[in-house]
Amino acid sequence: MSNPVGEAVRWLNDPLNWTNPGGVLDRLGEHLGMSAAAVLLGCLVAWPLGLWLGHTGRGGGLVVLVSNVTLAVPTLALLTILPLTFLGFGRPSVVVALAVFAVPPLLANAYTGVRQADPEARDAARGMGLSGGQVLRRVELPLAVPYLAAGFRTAAVQVVATAALASFVNGGGLGQIIRAGFGLDIAAGGGQIIAGGVLVGGLAMLVELVLALVERLVTPRSLRPARSRASRRAAAVAGS
Amino acid sequence: MSFRLSYRADPGNPWFSWQYVRDNSDTILAALRDHAWLTARAVLIAALVALPLAVAAHWYRSLAGPILALTGVLYTIPSLALFAFLAPYLGIGALTVLSVVVLYALLMIVRNALAGLAQVPPEVREAAEGMGYGRWGRLFRVELPLALPGVLTGLRLATVSTVALVTVGVVVGRGGLGQLIFAGFQNNFYKAEIMTGTLLCVLLALALDLLLAGLGRAVTPWLRGRSR
Repeated sequence: MSNPVGEAVRWLNDPLNWTNPGGVLDRLGEHLGMSAAAVLLGCLVAWPLGLWLGHTGRGGGLVVLVSNVTLAVPTLALLTILPLTFLGFGRPSVVVALAVFAVPPLLANAYTGVRQADPEARDAARGMGLSGGQVLRRVELPLAVPYLAAGFRTAAVQVVATAALASFVNGGGLGQIIRAGFGLDIAAGGGQIIAGGVLVGGLAMLVELVLALVERLVTPRSLRPARSRASRRAAAVAGS
Repeated sequence: MSFRLSYRADPGNPWFSWQYVRDNSDTILAALRDHAWLTARAVLIAALVALPLAVAAHWYRSLAGPILALTGVLYTIPSLALFAFLAPYLGIGALTVLSVVVLYALLMIVRNALAGLAQVPPEVREAAEGMGYGRWGRLFRVELPLALPGVLTGLRLATVSTVALVTVGVVVGRGGLGQLIFAGFQNNFYKAEIMTGTLLCVLLALALDLLLAGLGRAVTPWLRGRSR
């Protein structure tokens, strides 16, 4: 076998591999498109539910159950099962499958974010005559923003990482480059496999870095180092 | 469940088919065995590597940052990318699958073990020191037993997610039950094959999780009767 890393560099250095139809640029667009749609869908479902559950203080068990069950279901299974349901083949079923894996971190962090709001602030707001909905909107929601941001970051990175697996069901995305490489012989495709890995891994790292910056920006200074990011994120880690 | 369907002349393509399970029990059992064996080896290796790492990070505070950062970076790398990095060197087969899932399991075990060690009360540590325990004696007789619940949480999380992750190994031809799921997808969307593989995956995760939970109960008798 020749040197796979050298082959990978050569593959990445070929402009045609980037601009061809189905090349890196196309795949990158697909990858980001379906990841964004999945995270958006996940937010639409998980945030209202998590905030409401946190506000009422019920459903802590449900949050844990949801994250435990999704941890056990293989991504590959969901990606192959959903196209055979009413969702049909194509982008929608891939987006829904990815969104399922975005829900647990979003839900858990929204729930925790509301729960950890200072009870005295909540009582004070109630004492001032705010209704339940107003307390949620004006007191608990702003205090939960750092948690929402942390959950968003975890979910987004996870979805971008998992989206690589969409290639198993020909769903497009950067994973397709790796799969195509495996489709060749490993000796012949080794360079392309590693090149695809670099692209997929690089994108995940980039998203992680950018969102870490965003998370920092939306977290008020007074709330910043109260708890480490690790402990907040540890609440919901799942395989990708 | 539509067991009835399997007795018709034309069974169609149902999600659940007992007929399929009976006709292909050899293949299914082989896939299940492969999956369970890969998972068990991965968690065992990960635990053997992760626990010393956690202890090192616990003893030398300056190591904790780099160790957690390294395992965190590993976790950010998508599984398919990790397969892509390792496959050209380790080849097609179990070794690549094993290496990838071990790397992922490391993070969860290290993080939880470290948290478990960190929550040992300082009074307990001082008392052990006062009783003349050295560093190793304190670790094995006092700190590790008290950190066991944390360690077990990490092991359980790692086991469940490893079961799910092994399926991605189909990309190098060793995905255990993932092999069934993917083959079902390629064989004209044979739903029964996909569903059997999926359900067995979830059941295997559940069974291993219960096994570890039971093991945890057995080795931490002093926690019984307390509300976890």
